[in-house]
Amino acid sequence: MSLLTINDLTVEFPTRRQLFTAVDHVDLSVEPGEIHGLVGESGAGKSTIGAAIMGLLDRPGRIASGMIRLSGDQISGLDAEAMRGLRGKKISMIFQDPLTSLNPLFTVREQLTETIQAHLGGSEAEANQRARDLIDRVGIPDPDTRLDQYPHQFSGGMRQRVVIALALCTEPDVIIADEPTTALDVSVQAQILDLIKELAQERQVGVILITHDMGVIADTTDKVTVMYAGKVVETGPTAQVMGQPSHEYTKSLIAAVPRPTLKLHRFPQISYGGRETRFAIEDMARHWPKVDNDTSKPVFEIRNLTKKFLQRRGLLPWDRTYFTAVDEVSFDIRAGEVFGVVGESGSGKSTIARMIAGLYPVDGGTITFEGQVVSDLTNRAALDAYRKNIQMIFQDPFSSLNPRMRVDDIVAEPIRHHRLMDGADIKRRVDELLDQVGLGHVAGTKYPHEFSGGQRQRISIARALATQPRFLICDEPTSALDVSIQAQILNILKDLQEHLGLTLLFISHDLPVVRQMCDRVAVMKQGKVVELQATNDLFANPQTDYASELLRLMPKLDDLSTEGLTAET
Amino acid sequence: MFAYIVRRMFQSVIVLLVVGLVAFSMFRFVGDPIDNMLGQERTQADIDRLRTELGLDQPFPVQYFKFLKGAVQGDFGVSYRQGRPVSTILIERAPATLELAFVSGFLAITMGIALGVFTAIRRQGVAANVIMTVSLLGVSLPTFLIGILLIYVFSIELGVLPSFGRGETVMIGSWSTGFLTTSGLKALILPAITLGLYQMTLIMRLVRSEMLEVMRADYVRFARARGLSDRVINFRHALKNTLVPVITITGLQLGSIIAFAIITETVFQWPGVGLLFINAIQFVDIPVMAAYLMLISVMFVSINLIVDLLYYAIDPRLRVDARAT
Repeated sequence: MSLLTINDLTVEFPTRRQLFTAVDHVDLSVEPGEIHGLVGESGAGKSTIGAAIMGLLDRPGRIASGMIRLSGDQISGLDAEAMRGLRGKKISMIFQDPLTSLNPLFTVREQLTETIQAHLGGSEAEANQRARDLIDRVGIPDPDTRLDQYPHQFSGGMRQRVVIALALCTEPDVIIADEPTTALDVSVQAQILDLIKELAQERQVGVILITHDMGVIADTTDKVTVMYAGKVVETGPTAQVMGQPSHEYTKSLIAAVPRPTLKLHRFPQISYGGRETRFAIEDMARHWPKVDNDTSKPVFEIRNLTKKFLQRRGLLPWDRTYFTAVDEVSFDIRAGEVFGVVGESGSGKSTIARMIAGLYPVDGGTITFEGQVVSDLTNRAALDAYRKNIQMIFQDPFSSLNPRMRVDDIVAEPIRHHRLMDGADIKRRVDELLDQVGLGHVAGTKYPHEFSGGQRQRISIARALATQPRFLICDEPTSALDVSIQAQILNILKDLQEHLGLTLLFISHDLPVVRQMCDRVAVMKQGKVVELQATNDLFANPQTDYASELLRLMPKLDDLSTEGLTAET
Repeated sequence: MFAYIVRRMFQSVIVLLVVGLVAFSMFRFVGDPIDNMLGQERTQADIDRLRTELGLDQPFPVQYFKFLKGAVQGDFGVSYRQGRPVSTILIERAPATLELAFVSGFLAITMGIALGVFTAIRRQGVAANVIMTVSLLGVSLPTFLIGILLIYVFSIELGVLPSFGRGETVMIGSWSTGFLTTSGLKALILPAITLGLYQMTLIMRLVRSEMLEVMRADYVRFARARGLSDRVINFRHALKNTLVPVITITGLQLGSIIAFAIITETVFQWPGVGLLFINAIQFVDIPVMAAYLMLISVMFVSINLIVDLLYYAIDPRLRVDARAT
């Protein structure tokens, strides 16, 4: 008998206009000690299944049909009181963001003992002992001091360990992990996944691992269920589903995953569901000013670039402490190339991008753009002329567009700021741009919230191209997107580089993506560039320990089907 | 921490100096105190003599400096109207205002937080909606009108509570308290409600919206997923997180309860410092006005300091700034 079985589960969200079926007749079963992956794109209903099992569906969602059974006993439809007894005791949950899932105002000890005592009762001392054992078990060093610290004193990975300890408090039978490593760095992600694997084995816990990351699925899970639009499209042992997918959707999803070992010329576009939108690069190239990329000369020469942030304020200079985010960094970016910067969070990648864009003042060193030093420009006109040539695409397509501005105003803003055109010309240019990025010019009359993440990123691209720049800074442009949308956006960026002669600075923590996109890569660690190589050389033959370690931790994805993929020649 | 307090004290002193300066520069437009002090049969010589005596012939910076010099030594001069030292008058009057402010502040905070939590948890309930609607009245009706309405209902129609004054008071040292007599307590009820109602509704609405915000936070969802009881989630996890912004506003509001007790004290003829201030304005009693304004600003500044220190007590993220990461 399976540990957890879901039969024919349907979850509905009645809205004023219509009934939205988030989960549509889903079957699922989990054995003890098994890690069952639940994969799909955003909106596929993965998290809703987790919430339905926990009895924590957001209003007005409800289970319309079907049955959830835990060790043979039905748990769907239990009353609130009975459900609370199960939550935390029999079924636990791990959330995505360890920064927000712990209460900032209570110590780790308080949060642990409170949960232990709520379920097991027992004395303070017993709860304390148990809390200490758990913290020790999840691999947090020095448990006695750490227990009395507050969540903000832990790093992201350590916090996720605390969250896991909390989920393990009362020896649950089932753990639902909802994107447990999405917010973490690659190296930390590997550690957390190993811990989950170990614990599942050791305690014979059934784990439902909800994620959109195929790498995590391939490396961690025993079985996998692929979901699309609320329905299960394919389920089976992980190796089989990943290696020989049978359903069209699974095939297209797997094809869109960037591979670390296989460099493609273009990502195959996901054809399932008909969401493809054309990007009219040829149209755009026709109107683009001709650029001669002299590849022998660097566009940017960056020398000894340094940025310090004030960490502690003080009235007196010696009271202040600084944090060196970027430490004497030097590199060149050649005309027409895609220059990658990789590193873990806090390594200074984004700070460099912001200094190049002129958003942060430079604390030391110089930035030279086409022979002109731009890092000390103070003259408004000269600065504007420089900025017209560099544009930026940000990570979060939700916060990088002003929600109160219409899309055509958003795209027109850089044109107006630089006074490149006026009146009817602006409107024509904006309509053209929106047509070319595949949104259609009717998009101009709408507001950002009416678009999906991928469409918003297209708006960002249209805005960045409005001034016809020479240089694009892409700061993690796809890390907030689903894998199929990521493939589309990456293809667009490649087109821009190839057809318009743009030079790209591409910042990412995702090594397979960097492998696909970049010509040369700088690896950053704690504010310094530790290695700079051509991409192929870096992946084949890393020179530093740090780079080899990063590569080692990267999901290999060797077992994934390569159907429909052709390597770049 | 110590350096922080010293820095705040330093800032506070500057605030006080500026408040005093502004107040003093305005007194010149309130009127001439000499007009009120001397009778019809005054001569120019009398006027000049009194003016020199009071130091009013001197330029305004000199007057201000003299006031400050006295003030730091606890000497606020002599009231023009009563002819007694201002400090004595203030000490006499302060207990009435402080007791009133304390009771209404206490009412506002306890009732405000309790109702705020209640309306947030039972968001859909009938009772919560009734409370929310009634609270709109509390915010929109002016204080004096509420006072007059309460007097009309409870003093005139029902005749259960006194309409003015403090009732009987008992002296404990130099502090006259109304807490120890029945008539004193009865006299407190109406003014305290009048003064606290606005603050109460404000705190209630603030707690409610903060609470609703916090209830959506991930750590509350995670607490639910761990199977903690609703009571623990609502009152331990959620409430503590709502307190930081609530304390800011509440601190400022408590300051204004004391400072703007003037209206309530006038309506109920409550013998506190607010009423004293109103009378002082009518008589251009500069020493009383100056002392009162300084007193109020000291109160505001110290309440703000306490509020900032409370942040440290509640939010551990502020306690560690250098040690973190």
